[in-house]
Amino acid sequence: MNTLFREKKANAKKIMFKSIDEYPEVPITLGTTLSNFTGDWRNFMPVVDESKCIKCYICWKFCPEPAIYIKEDGYIAVDYDYCKGCGVCANECPTKAITMVREEK
Amino acid sequence: MMIEIRFHGRGGQGAVTAANILAEGAFLEGKYVQAFPFFGVERRGAPVTAFTRIDEKPIRIKTQIYEPDVVVVLDPSLLDTVDVTAGLKEGGMVIVNTEKTKEEVLEKLKKKPAKLTLVDATTIALEILGLPITNTSILGAVAKATGIVKIESVEEAIKETFSGELGEKNAKAAREAFEKTVVYEL
Amino acid sequence: MPKKVISGNYAAAYAAKHARVEVVAAYPITPQTSIIEKIAEFIANGEVENLEYVPVESEHSAMAACIGASATGARTFTATSAQGLALMHEMLHWAAGARLPVVMVNVNRAMAPPWSVWDDQTDSLAQRDTGWLQFYAENNQEVYDGVLMAFKIGEHEKVNLPVMIIESAFILSHTYDVVDMLEQEEVDEFLPPRKPLYSLTDFDNPFSIGALGTPADYYEFRYKIAKAMEEAKKIIKEVGKEFGEKFGRDYSQMIELYKTDDADIVFMGMGSLMGTVKEAVEILRSEGYKVGAAKVRWFRPFPREELYELAKSVQGIAVLDRNFSFGQEGILFNEAKGVLYNTGAKPIMKNYIVGLGGRDLTVNDVRKIANNMKKIIEKGELDKEIDWYHLKR
Repeated sequence: MNTLFREKKANAKKIMFKSIDEYPEVPITLGTTLSNFTGDWRNFMPVVDESKCIKCYICWKFCPEPAIYIKEDGYIAVDYDYCKGCGVCANECPTKAITMVREEK
Repeated sequence: MMIEIRFHGRGGQGAVTAANILAEGAFLEGKYVQAFPFFGVERRGAPVTAFTRIDEKPIRIKTQIYEPDVVVVLDPSLLDTVDVTAGLKEGGMVIVNTEKTKEEVLEKLKKKPAKLTLVDATTIALEILGLPITNTSILGAVAKATGIVKIESVEEAIKETFSGELGEKNAKAAREAFEKTVVYEL
Repeated sequence: MPKKVISGNYAAAYAAKHARVEVVAAYPITPQTSIIEKIAEFIANGEVENLEYVPVESEHSAMAACIGASATGARTFTATSAQGLALMHEMLHWAAGARLPVVMVNVNRAMAPPWSVWDDQTDSLAQRDTGWLQFYAENNQEVYDGVLMAFKIGEHEKVNLPVMIIESAFILSHTYDVVDMLEQEEVDEFLPPRKPLYSLTDFDNPFSIGALGTPADYYEFRYKIAKAMEEAKKIIKEVGKEFGEKFGRDYSQMIELYKTDDADIVFMGMGSLMGTVKEAVEILRSEGYKVGAAKVRWFRPFPREELYELAKSVQGIAVLDRNFSFGQEGILFNEAKGVLYNTGAKPIMKNYIVGLGGRDLTVNDVRKIANNMKKIIEKGELDKEIDWYHLKR
């Protein structure tokens, strides 16, 4: 699995407190990115064309989540569990290697 | 019985330190003590008041001293501007650093004390310390006139407060004042 | 260590040293400054090991630095006064909310304007709702003992809350008095190293602090603090008792009672003025008055149960407040009256506003108050509820 958090994400449980006794004594880490996915907020998804990508990583720097990671081969990829579809990456890409594609779930 | 002492000085003369050293001296003799400044905004030259309480049992009272048993005046010029005898108990004592005579001092006091003690602490301080800081020498007079603390305890408390040569010199000034103090029963 | 004649501020500094504090972050302000100067001196002289002193640019930053340090698990100490405490206000909520047992000495000083450097409790009482425990010291010995107990109570696994030890401007802070200090080994035995609830240096299990609490969760965390405060009452009594058994000075009562057993009138108040009141009680008793004193040591958590027990047996309580809540009344009076409302105990209670901005409350003043209370009890009704006692008329 080649994503932002790899296997950690797969094993993560959602934090839910049902009664006062389940709460921790102090409000540390009430939620975690490992289990709180924001990918389902997305209407447009970024699609990467590696033939145009020059590995400048401007998209990686600009992604506000951040949901873009760098793969072992040096190309970038999007972790769609987190990408909200804001389009900043496509807007910033100097070679137009990222296109926003309409997505209906 | 609790003994209450009020010091009058000017900022920089060490009235607050005198009150502390006297307390330390009495403490060394096993007494309970309390020493504190009148909580003004002290500036060099401004009139300053400080207090010491000495008792056989723990001291609970937390007010200023309004009816002192003993008043100590570190700066003779204060006699003209401050009523140093204000609230002085019947049978109370006034100790003044001055080169003036008993009669001259009495003329300046609003209330006649039962005992008046005079010492020229400024001359002693200038001779021994080279500075007109009279707080340690006046304590020699306090020891002599009141017997509240022994001069040896005052010397020891001074040496605890100032280390090394400075402590030795100040202790010497106190001893010198102790020898030269004159007590008048009135 | 033998007895020593030291100021309240030095008593605080020595206690911090003996508690082996690891981080001090503070900003100077009269009349607190000599506490942190003394601690700086300990460091400069090499008298302490493993103590990091963080100079900061304001009290807000001081508390922020203490919070950061405490969140790593360090035993943390600071001190402030009046305007400095007010500037910390936001961060005080933070320390309690993050459940960090920072210990702070606040030197009670009147809030400006007009500028004043003298004793007044309004500065600390204005921090009533921040989640800090509050202990009011009567004398320098209680400042020393209070700081040591504060670490043990605040760091207790059932508490984990910050503690404020409060002393009077000048009346304690700059007054030299006999303090019986403990040997380092005695303190070490009484106060073992802190076991933090969590530590930011736990790099194997990373977590975030200061998480978002939505309406679905925030409420429960407030309850946790309320519960810890309630638990703190038990811990205060346990630790106070242990201190008494080990060192001969008992602090198991959150309200110290002095000659109240057969008293008709009780003077109730906090801090250094209660020393004078106790002295006055002894004198008044020799004159035939049936009076006693109740010194509220811990204002937070508030000793509701102890107050109720006291109120059942007395005819009148004169509450002496060196503080005032504008638009209402003295703060201790307000709280005490509130506690008794739903109980069967209904002594006549009157509020005397005394000592604001360092004005002395003398033994003679206490006698006048006793006479006033006597008259009120005889008549069975108050002349007035709030009495600006010292007012020049």
